[in-house]
Amino acid sequence: MATDAHAWIHKHLLGLEELPAQDIRFLLTTALGLEDVSKRSVKKVPALRGKVVANLFFEDSTRTANSFALAAQRLSADVLHFSGKGSSVSKGETLTDTGRTIEAMGVDVMVCRHGMSGAARKLASAVQCSVINAGDGQHEHPTQALLDAFTIAQRLGRTDGFDFTGLRVAIVGDIAHSRVARSNIHCLIKLGASVTLVGPPTLLPRTFESLGCEVSHDLEAVLPTVDVVNMLRVQFERLSGPAFPSIHEYHATYGLTSARLKRAKPDIVVMHPGPMNRGLEIDSAVADGPNSAILQQVTNGLAIRMAVLYLVTGVQ
Amino acid sequence: MPTMQVLADEQRVAELIQRLASWVGDTVSSSAGDGEPARWALVGLKSRGDLLAARIADLLGHDTFADRVGSLDITLYRDDLSEIGPQPVVQTTDIPFALDGLDVMLIDDVMMSGRTTRAALQALVDFGRPRRVWLGVLADRGGRELPIQPDFAALDIRDMPGRDKVKLRIRPIHDKDELLSVPDPRAR
Repeated sequence: MATDAHAWIHKHLLGLEELPAQDIRFLLTTALGLEDVSKRSVKKVPALRGKVVANLFFEDSTRTANSFALAAQRLSADVLHFSGKGSSVSKGETLTDTGRTIEAMGVDVMVCRHGMSGAARKLASAVQCSVINAGDGQHEHPTQALLDAFTIAQRLGRTDGFDFTGLRVAIVGDIAHSRVARSNIHCLIKLGASVTLVGPPTLLPRTFESLGCEVSHDLEAVLPTVDVVNMLRVQFERLSGPAFPSIHEYHATYGLTSARLKRAKPDIVVMHPGPMNRGLEIDSAVADGPNSAILQQVTNGLAIRMAVLYLVTGVQ
Repeated sequence: MPTMQVLADEQRVAELIQRLASWVGDTVSSSAGDGEPARWALVGLKSRGDLLAARIADLLGHDTFADRVGSLDITLYRDDLSEIGPQPVVQTTDIPFALDGLDVMLIDDVMMSGRTTRAALQALVDFGRPRRVWLGVLADRGGRELPIQPDFAALDIRDMPGRDKVKLRIRPIHDKDELLSVPDPRAR
């Protein structure tokens, strides 16, 4: 029982780049145990009774904020929600001041989403409590990558040890602006998978090869070779200018259509972090089809966030 | 300074498991004429009691429990989570049947403070409402911190002096079956 002895030492979860593979595997294994909680008649355990989790969301989010809130509630923590809009932030308060003010209310964990890369780390250096990065600019979104890995392991029978050796994963779309892509790359490579990034040159700089992935601009060629395809959302709000000639052309070249899926492996796992642009990066028939794990990803987000909350609160 | 000591070797542990299984078997069969016929489930506490429960089910035949044999991990119900750190390892709970109305036989390896049993009872009722819960343990070490007692202990060592811990080593997670007394690390 090797896991009996594993000690989690991380007070914060700021990114997966700095998290060793053994800790990623331990976190995913912990999530396996927490998954049960959501399946039984009383969907709550007392593990974090008396703890307070504050959601600090300076960017719009519904699913991630709700997923963290529900995860905290399933562990019996109290949840405080703080949204950047309509608050003192819009009156010019700094991130540090906001963090310290919220902490003064007696908070044990802050879950932070912010449009600026490095915001979670900045917050962690300013407060005494644990900080969980729920997405910082274009940097990282660690819990999304963890729930993606958990979903892949479930679909492809790799939950015993979370060893992804031999798995091939394609991440398709707007890689340049995507914190989901960055966290996924770190996570998947550490677990042993090989990662191919696919997208138009304007959204996929060659510099990504330095992270240990292959880079391709040809979805047709890559798709038949992979076990998993993760379709990223085209983030119009982050594009400073036109990155591709037209939506129609993007769909024709990089969209996951039913016709394209027919040339993939029959049991390929189709993922998307949401929210989807149906008909742009993914067709409805694919998103709702048998290969899609998109709703399973959402479900798994709960177990992953419960595992993160549970583990970081042990290091305070 | 006290050292590690073997309380029961492989053969003695086998006898103790047989004793525990016999008591479980007697309890199950004697409850047959008691009002509504009882429907039984066998639930072992991780991470030793579940292996004991599997052995007991093998000895008695799985029909005894109509294949209702499960395991319970109580980590998330511990009352010391905010005092210790890092967090203990969460394992999976496997109770793939409804507990409502069942007579549940809980199996644990060693009973000491009673806190594990308290956590197990709280966890169990979150899965449903058993008709009755029983507790059988391999060894009762004594040293209770809560007013909770087992229905049966195959080995009564409540008079063991000091605060030494009693640990069960059991296959397949260890290389052999044996019951050990281990000095309390906090007493050093």
